[in-house]
Amino acid sequence: MEKKETIRSAESKGNGQGRKWQISEFLENRTILGFIFVAPALAILLTFLLYPLILGIWLGFTDTLVGGTGEFVGFSNYSSLLTDRLFWLVTYNTFLYTVVAVFFKLVLGFLLAVILNREFRAKGFVRAIVLLPWIIPTVLSAIAFWWLYDSTFSAISWILIKSGLMHHRIDFLGDPNNARISLIVANIWRGIPFFTIGLLAGLQTINPTLYEAAEIDGAGPWKKFHRITLPLVVPLLAVITTFSTIWTFADFQLVWVVTKGGPANATHLFGTLSFQRAIPGGHFGEGAAISNFILPILFLCVLISYKYLRREE
Amino acid sequence: MHEGFRIRLFRFYIPLAFFLIFLLFPFYWMFITAFKSDAELYNLKLNPFIIHDFTIHNAIRLFKETLFVRWMYNTFFIAILSTVVSLTASLLAAYGIQRLRFKGSGPIGIGIFFSYLIPPTILFIPLAAIIFKLRLWDSLWSLVLVYPTFLIPFCTWLLMGYFKSIPKEMEECAMIDGASRIRVFWKIIIPLSLPGIFSCGIFAFTLSWNEYLYALAFISSTPSKTVPVGLVTELVRGDVYHWGPLMAGALLASVPVALVYSFFVEHYVAGLTGALKE
Repeated sequence: MEKKETIRSAESKGNGQGRKWQISEFLENRTILGFIFVAPALAILLTFLLYPLILGIWLGFTDTLVGGTGEFVGFSNYSSLLTDRLFWLVTYNTFLYTVVAVFFKLVLGFLLAVILNREFRAKGFVRAIVLLPWIIPTVLSAIAFWWLYDSTFSAISWILIKSGLMHHRIDFLGDPNNARISLIVANIWRGIPFFTIGLLAGLQTINPTLYEAAEIDGAGPWKKFHRITLPLVVPLLAVITTFSTIWTFADFQLVWVVTKGGPANATHLFGTLSFQRAIPGGHFGEGAAISNFILPILFLCVLISYKYLRREE
Repeated sequence: MHEGFRIRLFRFYIPLAFFLIFLLFPFYWMFITAFKSDAELYNLKLNPFIIHDFTIHNAIRLFKETLFVRWMYNTFFIAILSTVVSLTASLLAAYGIQRLRFKGSGPIGIGIFFSYLIPPTILFIPLAAIIFKLRLWDSLWSLVLVYPTFLIPFCTWLLMGYFKSIPKEMEECAMIDGASRIRVFWKIIIPLSLPGIFSCGIFAFTLSWNEYLYALAFISSTPSKTVPVGLVTELVRGDVYHWGPLMAGALLASVPVALVYSFFVEHYVAGLTGALKE
């Protein structure tokens, strides 16, 4: 990529030799002009993204309360968190939520992409429907799930009892493990489209003659998938998975709307706990310390996707 | 290649139907709940999957008893303003990085891309502290200021991909004819990338329409709330849930996004996949 660029710019230099003033001025201005073009975006991102990121790390070392300035307290926020059993429960919840949800999103999203990767009538229409859960505001679909998980009036309980499969209503959100499963299912529901549409784009770039050649050699569907499809989409799959991992790990909306971290803190994640401590609780320092536990995972995800993005190029 | 109907049924239609039911059911559930009366909602004897007694009472309650219209207006206001700000900044930045190729443009481009990955969950507390200092607490302007932090990275990346597809020769020809860079940008690049700018704007609009955490953290008075926050905080008071109006609100607030989306779905898919492929 870079090489091509230099060849091109060398060419354009050659073309314009009769107009030396233009070349020199153009080359002179390029850096200045470039910075002028990038300046507004950079200014916004530096003030409202990079500065808060650093401020957040600092706040984690202070006892700041809402609207006030705090004192530096060293690692005391962290040491009190690490000795708090609630914090360890939240850590467990967050990892469980992320691992299980991302795994199923990946498997089901990939499966749906493979199913959709063929010609059929209404392909565009089906693809549009598939993206809907991703488009509609999470809070609003969370409201629908919330009512679907009602302990008394749930439609799922109704149909299970009517069909004789169960005798009792399911207490979806009152029991710790049920609540975890319920939220994970809702998260999977919302995340499948991202995997499907992303992977579908990757699948469509695979040359069909590869499959034809494999068929002639007697390869079955599984072998074709395992030996052709999978290796070719791995880089894209890695990028999509790391994106989804960081979003799931730092999730807030779904959990806050449906359970607020309950029952008995069984569904509290880093995001919801830090919100609870910081906004209704007013403890900015402690809240920041909790959300800073997301940073290592973020860093890891950035590294992994960077590696694969480079390889793609 | 010519497979029988039976194979197609088991390998394609049945799995696809299963997925579509799973993905669409929550919307169906939202839809029918919005048009049921309370008496029907809380009657366990009735089949919950169909509407027995169609009513628009929930929507009327939503408009009469809450500030729903006001929340919709707020959400529109913030979404449009932050989209315009972000789109302008991203257009310039994407052109600068993709076409001017100045010293440091590469790292800046990568930096902007990865800043999209920083989740709001990490940023909302320090941002709350900043908003407080700026005396913008409980003001819609706080959200207009903050939303570009996730809109700009996304739009810049999308537009960079779009600019890549415009042949360099067009610019070079114009410059040989004596046009300045800025003129080229304004007269050639902008008109040529209008479809890209358009789909980018749609993305930005839906992203800010959907935002929840910042709006929940920075806004506390009822008339200043956005739709997602207003619905969940005002229609659930303690243990009292107004399911009917809640669903009617969720349905109505999804409509603008769904409409925008259905008209421009091709742009949307192309944008998403384009952004991923980069």
